Amino acid sequence: MPHAPEKRSNAPIFWLLFGAGGTLSALFGVGLILVTGFLAPQGIGIGPDALSYENALAFTQNWLGKAAIWAVISLFFWHAAERLYLTLKDMHVFSDLGRRLLTYGVAAVVTVATAGLLLAIGF
Amino acid sequence: MTERADKTIELRVLRYNPVTDEKPHHQSFTVPYTSDMSVLQGLQWIKDTIDGSLTYRWSCRMAICGSCGMMINAEPKLACHTLLRDLAPGPVTVEPLNHFPIERDLVVTVDDFVKKIESVTPWLIPKHPKPVSEGPYNQTPAQMAAYENFSACINCMLCYAACPQYGENPKFIGPAAMAILQRYDGDSRDGGSALRIDAVHGEDGVWGCTAVGACSDVCPKAVDPMHAVNQNKMNTALDYFLRFLKKRDTK
Ligand code: SF4
Ligand code: FES
Repeated sequence: MPHAPEKRSNAPIFWLLFGAGGTLSALFGVGLILVTGFLAPQGIGIGPDALSYENALAFTQNWLGKAAIWAVISLFFWHAAERLYLTLKDMHVFSDLGRRLLTYGVAAVVTVATAGLLLAIGF
Repeated sequence: MTERADKTIELRVLRYNPVTDEKPHHQSFTVPYTSDMSVLQGLQWIKDTIDGSLTYRWSCRMAICGSCGMMINAEPKLACHTLLRDLAPGPVTVEPLNHFPIERDLVVTVDDFVKKIESVTPWLIPKHPKPVSEGPYNQTPAQMAAYENFSACINCMLCYAACPQYGENPKFIGPAAMAILQRYDGDSRDGGSALRIDAVHGEDGVWGCTAVGACSDVCPKAVDPMHAVNQNKMNTALDYFLRFLKKRDTK
């Protein structure tokens, strides 16, 4: 064998989360901003109470709605975390542990917190 | 009829003689050129008429051998594939490839690059041995298309000179090695995947790449090393999670 195998990196975990978040944001990111940020509040093409408190609550109380909200929020964070992690690494900012805590750490906290809040809202 | 070399252009060439120089310095030459002359021909004119000690690598003069890679106006280029007329009015800065130790003038040490290419098992490992009597290994056009792009690599190292991650961390496997890995890994006749994945699944393997893409931009043969890296990020990631399910051939 021409070489000793290198130690396996655990980067695949973060890279797949990054990829999933990137795909999701490319597919739905712009649409979500448009609908929730402009169209719904302005009542353009969508009923004015589409995003009313009752409707939003009903959405979050459905397990499918919970899953969608959880995926969108946490995977967007994992996507950004990976990009920021690599940028900080290239710029030699902080120690590696510091960079990981600041990026992956935040994404992990957001993931758990979002799940907790969604469960707290109930079914 | 031959064109007369009545135009001139200034070449600022990096010089370094390890015996007499403490550090590299630039030297300017005014070179007469015709519209069909390459930077390599400019260097050859200097060597033939002004300074026979000017040192650079070349062989084919037609973008095939991969010997004449150098930084031309700070961009990695093949000197034989870059025309002086496109760089007029000059001056043109000619320096050895970035990220490699200079041996002399425009010649860099290639040992690290060669070791990296060797490390990815750059040959076909047949899935199962087949005696000649059973005929050739057949391949459909689609099977060939899967690796053909990567087989065009001429080992010119321009992509290493362009890659900021290789500049940052010389242990990083780098672009061409990944393109060459994929040339064999993507071949339907090959069965050496497990071996190659193990060579590049570390931090200094595929994961040393942050998808800058400069490699694919500078490649003179339109090879797409970044694509090879991405394919192997996926292969490595699948291997990371599925390795426990797979029966690995440990031969
Ligand atoms: S991938 Fe392209 S730039 Fe890199 S060594 Fe091969 S031919 Fe040269
Ligand atoms: S001399 Fe062969 S590639 Fe330039």
